[in-house]
Amino acid sequence: MTTVEQTDDTGVSPEATPEREVVLELDDLVMHFGQVRAVDGVSLSIRRGQVTALVGESGSGKSTVGRCIVRLVEPTAGTVRLAGHDVTHLSRRELRPHRRDVAIVFQDPAGSLDPRMLVGEIVAEPLRLQAGRLSRRERAERVADGLRRVGLRPEVARRYPHELSGGQRQRVSLARALMSAPKLLVADEPTSALDVSVQAAVLNLLADLQRDIGFACLFITHDLAAVEYLADDIAVMYLGQLAEQGSREEIFARPRHPYTQALLAAAPIADPVRQRSRVPVLLGDDLPSAMDPPPGCRFHTRCPVAVARCSEEVPALRLVGGGARVACHLVAQDGTGPDVRTDAPSTTGHPA
Amino acid sequence: MSTAYRTSDSVATAPVLDVTDLSVTFRTESGPVSAVDSVSLTLAPGEIVGIVGESGCGKSVTAMSLVGLLPGSARITGSVLLEGKELIGAKPAALRAARGRDIAYIFQEPMSSLNPVLTVGRQITEVLQVHERLSRRAARERAVELLGLVGIPSPRERVRHYPHQLSGGMRQRVMIAMAVACRPKVLVADEPTTALDVTVQAGILDVLRGLRDRLGTSILIITHDLGVMADVADRVVVMYAGRVVERAGIEELFLRPQHHYTAGLLAAAPTPGRHAGSHRLQEIPGLVPVLSEQPDACTFAERCEAASATCRSSAPALEPVALGATGAQGPHLVACWHPRGDAPPPARKVTS
Repeated sequence: MTTVEQTDDTGVSPEATPEREVVLELDDLVMHFGQVRAVDGVSLSIRRGQVTALVGESGSGKSTVGRCIVRLVEPTAGTVRLAGHDVTHLSRRELRPHRRDVAIVFQDPAGSLDPRMLVGEIVAEPLRLQAGRLSRRERAERVADGLRRVGLRPEVARRYPHELSGGQRQRVSLARALMSAPKLLVADEPTSALDVSVQAAVLNLLADLQRDIGFACLFITHDLAAVEYLADDIAVMYLGQLAEQGSREEIFARPRHPYTQALLAAAPIADPVRQRSRVPVLLGDDLPSAMDPPPGCRFHTRCPVAVARCSEEVPALRLVGGGARVACHLVAQDGTGPDVRTDAPSTTGHPA
Repeated sequence: MSTAYRTSDSVATAPVLDVTDLSVTFRTESGPVSAVDSVSLTLAPGEIVGIVGESGCGKSVTAMSLVGLLPGSARITGSVLLEGKELIGAKPAALRAARGRDIAYIFQEPMSSLNPVLTVGRQITEVLQVHERLSRRAARERAVELLGLVGIPSPRERVRHYPHQLSGGMRQRVMIAMAVACRPKVLVADEPTTALDVTVQAGILDVLRGLRDRLGTSILIITHDLGVMADVADRVVVMYAGRVVERAGIEELFLRPQHHYTAGLLAAAPTPGRHAGSHRLQEIPGLVPVLSEQPDACTFAERCEAASATCRSSAPALEPVALGATGAQGPHLVACWHPRGDAPPPARKVTS
C-alpha cells in the first residue's frame, strides 16, 4: 500500500486512476464502552473520491464509528486501516504521521472551534502537522486560500468564532479539516444544526469540494434527504451493526432490509400531496439498549415482519442480487423479500 | 389592514384562536430588539396550522407570547383571543387558569420540561388535580388513559416510571399527554419532533393528528422542517424576521409559493431523486436580520433577487394573491411587492 498521493490541494482527478485506492478499511470494528456495545462488528471500505453515508437513529453507533476512525477513541477490537496503514492501536505519537490523512467535522461548529482562538489560528492549526516549517507569510497565504475555498473572505481570519453565523462557523470547520489535504473526511452530522437555507449552502459546498479535491468522505447523518443528495454509497446501521449496504440508487429504489424500508418511509417528503398519500410505517419508539441487545436479529423487536427465526439466529450481512449487502433472514438470495411499506399493518406502538 | 382578511380566513366557523397585530419587542443590553411585528393568524376548531421559518424569524416568540411564557423584558402588544377571551394583558390568575386547561404548550426538548424527580404519572395527575379537581385515584386512572391515548405501551406500568427511564420519543409522548390532560381547545407544539429520530417523529406526528381527529384539538405547530409541515399542517404561516410574509393552504403553498423567501425555502430542501451530480440546492445568501425596530421596507429585500427600490422604501402589506381560486383551505395571502405569480414551483438549478 504505497500509493503516492499528492499532498497539495489540487489533487488528481479521481477518474484518472482506474481502480481507485482504498482510503478507509474497517474490518469487524468493535467498540465497547464498559457494558455498552456501541459498535459491534462493522466492516466497511471507502475508496478515493467516494462519499459513503452512514445512517441510523441516535444510539445506532454511527458517530462512534466516526470517532474510532479518527482515533478519538481506541477500538476494542477489529481494525481501522487508513490509506493502507493499520492505525487501530497506535499511540498518540505513532498516530501523528497519519493524522493528516483524516479529518473530522462535527455537528456543532460552535462547540468544536476554540472560542479564544482567531479563525486564522484555528484554520492554520493542521499546518503544524506538516513537515517543514512555513514562513508566516506562507501560512497566511495557505489560510487565505483555505478560507476562500470554503466561500469565506480571507478577512474572516481575523475574527473570533462567536462573531460568525452558524453556517460560517461550519465553513471554518471545513476549512480547518481540509487544510492538511486529508484523504478521508469524516463529516458527523455536519448540517443537522443548521437552518434549511444554510444547510443547502453547506451541502452544496461539501459536494463541490468533494468533486474538486476528490477526497473520500464518510458522511454520518440521520437526514436521508441529505444522504440522497450527497452520497454514492449508503451503509445503514442499527444497534452497532450494519443492516444493509449498497449504492445510493439501490438503497433508495430497492431497500431490502425492513429497517431501511421503515427509515425511508418515516422521513417526510416536503410535498404535501405525495407525503399524504404514503402509508406510514410506525416502528414504536424504543431502540433497545445497547447494553443488552436483542438476540438473533437486533431489529426483530421492532420489525413488523419478524418471524421466529429472527429472534434466534443472527443474520449475516451477505451479498444479494442487485449488488446490495443485507443482514435479514427474510431477504432471498435474489434480493426479493417483504416490504414493510406495503406488506405489514402499521400497528406497532400505535393506540387502537 | 389586517382586519380586511381576518374575517374571511379559513372556514366559516368562528376561530378558536384569533391573533391580531401581535408584536413583541425585547429590551436588551444593546437596545430594543423587535422579534415579532404585527402578526395576525387564526386557528379554526380542529385545524392544524403550521408556522414555518428559520431560526430568528420569531416563530417561537409568537408561540410563547400566546401562552404568556415570555420573560418580563418582553413588551407585547396586539390581541390574542382564545374563544373570544383576550389573553394579552390578562391577569396572571386568569392566564394561569387558561394555561393547561384551554391552551397548552409542548416544547422541543421534553427532558428539560419534565421534572426529573417525579414519576410521569405524578406529573400528569398534578395537572388534573389542579384544573379538574379530580381525586388522586381518578386522576391516576385518567393518567393511565392519557398515556394510552398518546400511544405509550403498557401505560399502567409506565405511570410509575421517571423521565430518565423513558426514551426521547416516550418523553415527548408524556409531554403531549400532560398537555392534553384537560382537553385544551388549542395545543401549541413548538418544534415537537426536532430533537427526535425520523422513525420516532413519524409516531409523534401521528399522535398529534390523532388528537385532532379524536378530540378535535386545534394545533399550532411550529417547525423549520418543511417535510413535517407537508405531513400534518392544513394551513401554513411563513414568518421572516418577525413578520408574516405568506399564508396559504398547505397544497397551495407548496404548489404556488408567492413570496420569494417561501420559494427559496422550498428549493433549499433536498428532495427525493436529486443528487449533487446533476442538481444543486438553492441557497438563500445572507442572514435573517436582527432588527431594533421594524423598518418601513420589506425585511427580505436584502436577500431577495426580485427586490426593487419599492421593496427597500415601503413595507408590503399582507394581501390576498390575485390569482387562481381560493381553495377550501382559505385565501392565499402574501406580503410582497413582486409576488411570483404563476411562476412554476422553484426549480433547482442544474449544474453544468
